[in-house]
Amino acid sequence: MSTRLIIQIAYSLLIARWKQTLVAAIGVTFSITMFITLLSFMTGLNKLLDGLILNRTAHVRLYNEIRPDSIQPVQQVPEYNATYHIIRSVKSGNSRQEIYNSKAIMDRVKQDTRVLGIAPKITSQVFFNEGSLDITGVIYGIDVEAESRLFFFTDYMVKGQASDLKNVANSIVLGKGLADKLLADIGDVVQITTAQGEQFRLKVVGHFQSGLQELDKTQSFASINTVQKLLGKPASYVTDIQLKLTDVNIAPQVAKEFGTVFSIDAEDIQTANSQFETGTTIRTIISYAVGITLLVVAGFGIYNILNMMIYEKMDSIAILKATGFSGRDVNRIFILIALGIGFFGGITGLLIGYLLSSLIDQIPFNTAALPTVTTYPINYNPIYYMIAGSFSLVTTYFAGFFPARKASKVDPVVIIRGK
Amino acid sequence: MNSPLLEAKHIYKQFYDPVKIDVLKDINFQVNSGEFVSVIGKSGCGKSTLLYILSTMDTDYQGELFIHGTKMTGLREKELAAVRNEKIGFVFQFHYLLNEFSVMENILLPARKLAKYPVEALKERALLLLNTLDITKLADKNPRQLSGGEKQRVAIARAMINEPLIIMGDEPTGNLDKKNSEIVFHTFQQLATEFGQSLLIVTHDPEFAEKTNRIIEMEDGRIIRQ
Ligand SMILES: Nc1ncnc2c1ncn2[C@@H]1O[C@H](COP(=O)(O)OP(=O)(O)OP(=O)(O)O)[C@@H](O)[C@H]1O
Ligand SMILES: [Mg+2]
Repeated sequence: MSTRLIIQIAYSLLIARWKQTLVAAIGVTFSITMFITLLSFMTGLNKLLDGLILNRTAHVRLYNEIRPDSIQPVQQVPEYNATYHIIRSVKSGNSRQEIYNSKAIMDRVKQDTRVLGIAPKITSQVFFNEGSLDITGVIYGIDVEAESRLFFFTDYMVKGQASDLKNVANSIVLGKGLADKLLADIGDVVQITTAQGEQFRLKVVGHFQSGLQELDKTQSFASINTVQKLLGKPASYVTDIQLKLTDVNIAPQVAKEFGTVFSIDAEDIQTANSQFETGTTIRTIISYAVGITLLVVAGFGIYNILNMMIYEKMDSIAILKATGFSGRDVNRIFILIALGIGFFGGITGLLIGYLLSSLIDQIPFNTAALPTVTTYPINYNPIYYMIAGSFSLVTTYFAGFFPARKASKVDPVVIIRGK
Repeated sequence: MNSPLLEAKHIYKQFYDPVKIDVLKDINFQVNSGEFVSVIGKSGCGKSTLLYILSTMDTDYQGELFIHGTKMTGLREKELAAVRNEKIGFVFQFHYLLNEFSVMENILLPARKLAKYPVEALKERALLLLNTLDITKLADKNPRQLSGGEKQRVAIARAMINEPLIIMGDEPTGNLDKKNSEIVFHTFQQLATEFGQSLLIVTHDPEFAEKTNRIIEMEDGRIIRQ
């Protein structure tokens, strides 16, 4: 039994009713278009919002938490095992923020294939002196190259050159809000006081805007060497090692592993930013729900039209059966009709969906918080096209399933006698 | 190959609508190769019902049906469809052509389903049939554009395309005027004499029946003469 014959019969039946077919196909086209546009736009937006935080966040962060020793001396005395310990003599004061043996850890981590790159960092609390006023702030000592490569540091520079941090001695990049408070433009000098009471003068070489205003009011960046100098620490002094992994999803597992191997605190991005994950998930779920609802509605449209078509084509079905087509052949013909509608409606939908999202991509979208964004964000992930394409086929298949089964069960005797 | 072309053995059928009616009672008969048989009887005596059973479309009966010695009773839907496709040609009272296809495509449908010969060869055979039936010029027309008599001849060509063992017809001239009825009858007769085609035709027309090889007369669900 040739498939070509089945296809040809299905095609002829479709063409004979091309108006209804078109309406059904437009239903599918519309829903696929909306599905693609909605998801591209929503996830584009998601990516943008997540990028705000997640671009600049390490997948795994290695650091030393300041905390009292978890095993106090009194616990090591066997006689007091079963008793309540009132004495906690060893306080956090003895612990240090510095990562011990940072060089060896970095060398070792760099060799791990799961690690895309590492960027060391020093966090240091300082006061910016503005006349008689002291503004609290943070200076991050960063490795400019690694920070730019892994965490897009340069993207967020709104003024000045990131490389000047390295090239100009005793230089600093101020957060936009902080710079506004200090009235410090490029070339100006700001005075800071470290927690140890030392005073330094640093030259402003740029402004930085993360998009999160509260942060931009307090943070600033300098090279690692500069911050080590401010703190009077040696060249090995590092408080954070930031890792970027090849796959962000394995971060919790990698964090756990490195935490135990180096006996250090290791935080993964999922734990650090769980609230962003939730928002993203909910937005994505809403988009899928709307898209799938549209498709199901289109599916009902196809179901109706096929049912109508079968009702009209009872005679044809009876004659096909009388001349030797089996119930299965008839079934395949109508399933094919349904899939045909789904396929062509779906393809057109994918195309229009693509065009519509590229149109949205052109619409200007300017916001002070997002210096790198000029138009509405669109995510052209091919996976949405694949999901929409397969879903249109699956929906139409199910829409065609029952009508086709009904057609295959038509008793030719009843039709022929009933005439 | 000594077995008869078509053999019905003790066929019974009832309808329950809502009381039980015996429509067919102990039907026994044979059709041999090359015979042109007509079935006559009063309206409601069960002729159509019998023909649907013989054509394998109706499987809800008691008794046994053989085609060329092969038992049809109890075969599956798909197997019966294949039998109808290859061995039985059917002509209905109402012409039942598919309006979505041209005359030629209509004729080719059962043959393409059978897929025994390439389409080109089938087209040639279809043209030959159209020629025999004197309707060659209709080949590319749409069935909607045809007269009743022409439609019926196309239906006959379609029934012939797979060189069936037997052609069955349920009042194929019932819906036609006298002139067209005669044309259709002549066509059948021509098939019988020229091709040795076996035919089993239900008719109301005594004149039609008189001219066939054999008449099976039914009354009240029984065969009273054959
Ligand atoms: N689906 C059905 N349900 C109940 N009774 C039926 C059904 N189909 C047919 N009958 C009855 O069965 C009997 C035989 O019907 P059938 O159509 O075989 O007669 P027929 O000989 O072909 O008549 P006609 O010459 O008018 O076509 C009739 O009495 C009819 O009313
Ligand atoms: Mg009848």
